[in-house]
Amino acid sequence: MAREEISTGNELCSMAAIDAGARFFSGYPITPSSEVMHVASDLLPKVGGKFIQMEDEIAGICAALGASMTGVKSYTATSGPGISLKAEQIGLGFIAEIPLVIVNVMRGGPSTGLPTRVSQADIGQAQYPTHGDYASITLCAGSLTECYTQTVRAFNLAEKYMTPVFILLDETIGHMHGKAVIPDLAEVEASVVNRATFSGSPTEYKPYDVPMNKPAVLNPMFKGYKYHITGLHHGHEGFPTEDATQCEFNIERLVGKINTVAAENDGLDDQPDYEEYMMDDAEVCIIAYGSIGLGAYEAVNKLREQGIKAGMFRPILLWPSPAKKIAQIGARFKDKIFITELNMGQYSKEIERVIKRDDFTTLFKANGRPIAPSEMVAKVKEMM
Amino acid sequence: MAFNYDKYLRVNKMPTLWCWGCGDGVILKATIRAIEKMGWDMNTEVCVVSGIGCSGRFSSYIDCNTVHTTHGRTIAYATGIKLANPKINVIVVAGDGDGLAIGGNHTIHGCRRNIDLNFILINNFIYGLTNSQISPTTPRGMWCVSAQNGNIDPTFNVANLAMGAGATFVARESMIDSKKLEKILVKGFEHKGFSFIEVLSNCHINLGRKNKMANAMENLNWIDSITVPKRKWDELSEEEQMNKLATGVLREIKQPEYTDMYEEVIKAAQGKRGKITQDDFAKKI
Repeated sequence: MAREEISTGNELCSMAAIDAGARFFSGYPITPSSEVMHVASDLLPKVGGKFIQMEDEIAGICAALGASMTGVKSYTATSGPGISLKAEQIGLGFIAEIPLVIVNVMRGGPSTGLPTRVSQADIGQAQYPTHGDYASITLCAGSLTECYTQTVRAFNLAEKYMTPVFILLDETIGHMHGKAVIPDLAEVEASVVNRATFSGSPTEYKPYDVPMNKPAVLNPMFKGYKYHITGLHHGHEGFPTEDATQCEFNIERLVGKINTVAAENDGLDDQPDYEEYMMDDAEVCIIAYGSIGLGAYEAVNKLREQGIKAGMFRPILLWPSPAKKIAQIGARFKDKIFITELNMGQYSKEIERVIKRDDFTTLFKANGRPIAPSEMVAKVKEMM
Repeated sequence: MAFNYDKYLRVNKMPTLWCWGCGDGVILKATIRAIEKMGWDMNTEVCVVSGIGCSGRFSSYIDCNTVHTTHGRTIAYATGIKLANPKINVIVVAGDGDGLAIGGNHTIHGCRRNIDLNFILINNFIYGLTNSQISPTTPRGMWCVSAQNGNIDPTFNVANLAMGAGATFVARESMIDSKKLEKILVKGFEHKGFSFIEVLSNCHINLGRKNKMANAMENLNWIDSITVPKRKWDELSEEEQMNKLATGVLREIKQPEYTDMYEEVIKAAQGKRGKITQDDFAKKI
């Protein structure tokens, strides 16, 4: 069953958060993400949830992390400059294993850049937003429907893997207004993942005493399970340590609980990590994601009208990347791969890393303007 | 009967990492006695949040749900914890560098919001943990490793800053008289709203030794010499007041508390009352 909503990407994102069980939002206004906050301000108190506009971007994520530490599902929303400011706290989320959904509605950068114009230049930032070693989970919405469904998924992944999760929108898709077909509330609620808890004796509870590649088990606070959360390296009980063996284990576990698990299980959950469009008989593969994917559907259709068998591969889970599928595409299409993105090739570098070749054709744009299907068509025709 | 601190401490984390003679231990004990006076259940009713610096370790020694956050961000984290759990008593501990320099913005906005946090600002006039760099309270003319020719940076009057930012409970006490400190902490904990409690403390290791206060007693004597109870301070001339810090409760007023007001927001959103308007507030601007 499904519902129809006429709305924008940013608004759908906040609606999804609340349907997924979020009961806390804190953030700071920034174009082009502010509507995520506006809707949170409206909807959260209706369900007894809490919303607060903080004094700066840093406080915006701190309060959300604080709420989540106590056991309340939380999210924040911003754009690239805000992620830069939040970076240190995202690191605390990684090392202390605090679930949090971070919405980044991408605009042109660097610095203040192009506040009201579209970009996909925070792909690299989402992979490595802060100092140190860790692994990031990053989803990218490619339609209004996905602004909703991938936000729900982001909350479930955050709880399952006990980590901050990025959901990337971009200015085009965040502000796009139209019809979105989204799952019924009952279906969404049935899919909700809640963080694991320890139910044994409080005296035996050690939140970080978990095996390699498993996430920490952080019980809700104020229910008798007393423990310490810190941004320092810590041992099983959460207390600071500099023990070399423990520190090494911590980092290997933080990376492994996401990257190793994704590689071994071909993804992090049972949801699709990518979309393939007209790929069955394709002879040339367009790789695009986010709002640029919307243009790529049309480019594929136009190329086929002109007798060129084009298809599209659109990754949704950007980090960790669907590497197995990307490798298959690399082997199948050889030099007939066309990558187009709104940056100077940030995801192309990942494709190159996986297929171990750079014989693909590219179309990058970083001037705040979208890429038209006609531009893609022209580029693909040059390849054939 | 001697007070049993073990009930409140993570005794297996003892001894503390603090230097011999440091005031932080005295403040920790006074805080614990104040918690006992309040009768708070450590299992279900208390959260201690700290930042980075010597004071940052405060949270790891108290046996409740504790959070050791990033540098300067204590109040921002604590705001999330409190707003999500309004019934929990949240104690926030920060140093002068943590709470007034890198975290200054969160401090003033915590005061302005009047959210019910108990903010203990341990002012030892220096970045002690990192070997003596100047903080916003280091007196001018003192020598520090980051002021090799003597400090020229003016200081914050911390309590005035808190009052200017709208804190509804502002107090200052040194840790020299720990009974007095305990009483002030209890008053702060009892206050509904943002309680700003500045506690003057010593760092004879990284402030004192370099500024003719080579041991804890000399450092404490200096603190004693610059403090005067509020009612006596009021009688001083402006010139005399300049070099003294008033101690005691400096402000205690009633204003709507943030999480209480948020309950009104929820009622309004759920149609149980009208939207919040200017008529809801005595102070209109």
